[in-house]
Amino acid sequence: MIMPLPHGDEMLEIRFHGRGGQGSVIASKILAKAFFMEGRYVSSFPYFGVERRGAPVTAFTRVDDKPIRAKYQIYEPDYVIVLDPSLLKAVDILRGIKDGGWVLVNTLKKPEELREVLNFDHVATVDATTIAIKHHLGSQAAPIVNTAILGAFSRVSGLVKIETVMDAIRQMAPAKREENAQAAKEAYESVVIGGE
Amino acid sequence: MTMMILTGNESAAWGARLSRPKVIAAYPITPQTSIIETIAEFIANGEMDARYIRVESEHSAMAACIAAQNTGVRTFTATSSHGLTLMHELLIWASGARLPIVMSVVNRAMAPPWSVWTDQLDSMAQRDTGWIQIYTENNQEVLDSIIMSYKIGEKHHILLPTMVMEDAFILSHTSEAVNVPEQKLVDDFLGEYEPAFKLEPGNAEGYGSLIMPEGPYMEFRYKMARAMDDAREEIRKTVEEFAEVFGREYAPLVEEYKLEDADAVMVVLGTIGSTAKDVVDHLREKGKKVGLARVRYFRPFPYEEIRKIARNTEMLGVVDRSYTFGYGANLYAESKAALYGHSSIPVKNYVMGLGGRDITPEILIKVFDDMLKIAREGVVDREIEWVGLHGDERWS
Repeated sequence: MIMPLPHGDEMLEIRFHGRGGQGSVIASKILAKAFFMEGRYVSSFPYFGVERRGAPVTAFTRVDDKPIRAKYQIYEPDYVIVLDPSLLKAVDILRGIKDGGWVLVNTLKKPEELREVLNFDHVATVDATTIAIKHHLGSQAAPIVNTAILGAFSRVSGLVKIETVMDAIRQMAPAKREENAQAAKEAYESVVIGGE
Repeated sequence: MTMMILTGNESAAWGARLSRPKVIAAYPITPQTSIIETIAEFIANGEMDARYIRVESEHSAMAACIAAQNTGVRTFTATSSHGLTLMHELLIWASGARLPIVMSVVNRAMAPPWSVWTDQLDSMAQRDTGWIQIYTENNQEVLDSIIMSYKIGEKHHILLPTMVMEDAFILSHTSEAVNVPEQKLVDDFLGEYEPAFKLEPGNAEGYGSLIMPEGPYMEFRYKMARAMDDAREEIRKTVEEFAEVFGREYAPLVEEYKLEDADAVMVVLGTIGSTAKDVVDHLREKGKKVGLARVRYFRPFPYEEIRKIARNTEMLGVVDRSYTFGYGANLYAESKAALYGHSSIPVKNYVMGLGGRDITPEILIKVFDDMLKIAREGVVDREIEWVGLHGDERWS
């Protein structure tokens, strides 16, 4: 039995903001895989596809209970996932976000602090960088935070089980699969949801 | 059968792998590269028994495929944009030599200015090379079309190469669930490759040598023209056989969507057709009678299908994601040529999405509304219209 998506007939749309090398594109694919494993139709794609290291990267995931025919970018996301806090100043991460949508940011800051900066209520934060370093994902200077943040997304959205996200990571992470899965679990447990 | 989450490019690589080509010769170019990288990985892992030839250009890639296919084996390559146009000379050689090579083409804009995003000028500029051309709308169709292309092209009364198009990024880098068929099913469907002729030691033959004006050059070309015409029937048969074996149904040359009682029909190629189906549903809910014809095969051109569609509607709006400088774009010009003497309904060309400019439901709704207005009034305001140019308030 598949749980209905929160907005009935509407597709669920998720936008990732990261920097080249952080794994935003693979994160969008792993998340698609997780939703697929729970019986949904999915589609995920990068904006650019030829990412340069360090440059802002955008990737998208669509989820629906019927086949997805939409072949254009996402302009009004339900969720925005930000892998690098420095992007808050560089990119308009809230562009088009739906009323009632949520922003999930990898940062040391608490949601309350970002709510003021962003002038947006639904903010969740997680320190995915520390979690990634702890699990030896990437290097100290350039930790790979993409899998951790997916664990946090599972908790914030409640739309995909953490166990499924971990399984999708185990199947798709290019290396250190179990460490990546555990990082997701830790982020699931430690994410702070604004207003909670 | 296995369901996998694959990009369009991975789907193309799987389509090639399952068809068991013996030689792959390719040169990398964005956004095609992940096709040949995935194939290289299959071969390195021992999952695919093929010789991978790294060459110094796309021109050489096609030359290597021609030579290899001439020895009696299946070949595969992939390219995009400037790589495809660099191949141009040898594309004509491949079809003239009647070699049923299959190639993935990721439709990418031509420079200048540089753009890696989708635009169909690259393959439209190869219209006259004698290759069968199919344009796809999702990753499943990419994989399945590669398998079917070997089946169709290898028939001894066809013997033509095929390019299987995917829109850059919109398919090439988009992940979707794809049904990857069992190898055994594909083996049974395709059978062993039986070349109509081949080079082999001990059996001296020469191909492609000089021919005088009184020789059979013109007859060779006539046979090729007939083969391309016959491909229509072969495509129709093959999609039926494919559906029986694999359980997935494809329209033969043109996919028709909600054409019954349609006042206006949009004619498109590629992924625009996928988004446009959602738009047709949306407009139908509002009582607007619109339909969609997604042309899958541009070569051979489905002129009979276009005529049939025109008989049952009031107006055709032909969308092109490329342009032919000096007149309307190819899908438009050819649709209109097919209708001459058969239909007098208004036909309008909408040029959209060049250089990867996003084609959204909002802009398609505006195009459909424009089409319905023309259907009502019976007059085309302008024959060829560029949609969504910066500063053009009609479409913003």
